[in-house]
Amino acid sequence: MRNNKFNLIHFLNRESIAGLVFSLPFIIGFFMFLLVPMGISLYYSFCDYNILSPPVFAGLKNYIKMFQDETFYKTIGVTLYFALVSVPLRLVFALIVALILFKTTKATGLYRAAYYLPSIIGGSVAVSILWKRMFAIDGVINKLLGAMGLPSEFSWLGDTRTAIWTLIILAVWQFGSSMLIFLSSLKQIPSTLYEASTVDGAGKVKQFFHITLPLLTPTIFFNLVMQMINGFLAFTQCYIITQGKPMNSTLFYTVYMYQQSFEYSNTGYGAALAWVMLGIVGLMTLLIFGTKKFWVYEGGV
Amino acid sequence: MAGRIIYHVIVCGIGLIMIYPLLWMVMSSLKDTKTIFTTANQLIPEQITFQNYINGWRGFGKVTFGTFFMNSLFISIIATIGTVISSALVAYGMARFKFKGRKFLFVSMLATMMLPAQVLMIPQYLWYQKLGWVGSYLPLIVPYYFAVQGFFVYLIMNFINGLPVELDEAAKIDGCSYYRIFTKIIMPLIAPAMITGGIFSFMWRWDDFLSALLYVNESMRYPVSLALKLFSDPGSSSDYGAMFAMASLSVLPAVLIFIFLQKYLVEGISTSGLKG
Repeated sequence: MRNNKFNLIHFLNRESIAGLVFSLPFIIGFFMFLLVPMGISLYYSFCDYNILSPPVFAGLKNYIKMFQDETFYKTIGVTLYFALVSVPLRLVFALIVALILFKTTKATGLYRAAYYLPSIIGGSVAVSILWKRMFAIDGVINKLLGAMGLPSEFSWLGDTRTAIWTLIILAVWQFGSSMLIFLSSLKQIPSTLYEASTVDGAGKVKQFFHITLPLLTPTIFFNLVMQMINGFLAFTQCYIITQGKPMNSTLFYTVYMYQQSFEYSNTGYGAALAWVMLGIVGLMTLLIFGTKKFWVYEGGV
Repeated sequence: MAGRIIYHVIVCGIGLIMIYPLLWMVMSSLKDTKTIFTTANQLIPEQITFQNYINGWRGFGKVTFGTFFMNSLFISIIATIGTVISSALVAYGMARFKFKGRKFLFVSMLATMMLPAQVLMIPQYLWYQKLGWVGSYLPLIVPYYFAVQGFFVYLIMNFINGLPVELDEAAKIDGCSYYRIFTKIIMPLIAPAMITGGIFSFMWRWDDFLSALLYVNESMRYPVSLALKLFSDPGSSSDYGAMFAMASLSVLPAVLIFIFLQKYLVEGISTSGLKG
């Protein structure tokens, strides 16, 4: 009995140790590349620091400066606008196209591929420089409008009303991966549900709102959370296509943070901006989670 | 019948709009660089020329795009190997073992999924600067050997959770150590998940622009993403033909992966997206 117990403890010990050993890369990585950098930057956010000279403790100066910085408010507005418009639009598109493609025909694979391709390469620099040229005054958008006899001299990237929309369109264009997620969720809805409701006399529209949509809400929720976070943190597109112009109307928070830290050498201020961003993203995520119980269906099928 | 035709017309139409920008980019790269914008509304070039590819490949200064592509390949492959191996190890540890702090680690891992690189941009820069890594490839490679991207751990974990525990247990009874179980039993079985992860990792590393922008400062060592940006810098010669040619080449790996390995991509997106 005693021997048995000893073996059991020994065995448990071994398992717990082996588990730790396998998890070791993450434990080290989490510490070295996440906690330590965040700790350092937290300290620097309370300092006057420009990378070249050593940091000087300055208390809340950076944070106070932020509240007086008009550009800071502007970038939050721009970024929120971008995320709040582009993410829901992208999800709606993804859902509509997923519903259309759910009906399988011989060409479905091909269509799915065409819709998915932009998501694969959409984040690349290549697409960003392409976008910049497409919306240029002599770009393809204006030329196509001209060919249709419409006004074709518009400066899409130079107007404060439209510049942000070029970035939104670029984001919505990449709805493909959400579409795939919706497609695989749609496949998991048992067809018996539809059959039963048809017997009960429900039409297609009713079926969509009472079966399909509720059962998709967990997927929509997950996508919403992840994409809002990513939407809030977009960088490459803005940095390459508009650089915040015109008049900061497209200046994303991340790009502003980059400018402050590396172009204007206000690294301490940049570190403070990073921490405030973390707070905003966390708050936003909590907010979305807070709405979960009102619209996400969590019962089984 | 009429309904079916309308369906296909609509779906094809949207599909065309979706890929039109990419078609335009590739077609423009085959036009004479002077005519790209004067003929922007014609998709098909009147005369196909590869001169843009020749001009573009010359690159900037004395550095050709051959160097940029080699740099990108090097970074992407080395970082991807690290991501896949370390994520598989950690996924196995978290999926199959009970140990103190496992729950905390799991939550931390999920947190890294929610915490994209941009938040860490400045904190990590300051830290790498302290370590003396700025200006080298180390920040672009070393972190990936420590499973810092929760997505991959999560992806492989889901896969391991789908494998019967009896396999591990049988091997354990036969006297197999956990480490042998991992290399001899688990690794071969999770190969599909590792391939899926590897593909995503490769494409993300290939596209990575922000860390290259922050840490690579010699043009000799630029990856393609950073080199492409030089085309759109103000004051550059603005040879748009060459720019489109190199941009087209730079998305080629992703497009090839897309064409030949689509199965893995779709699987990765569906499984990781679903079980959130």
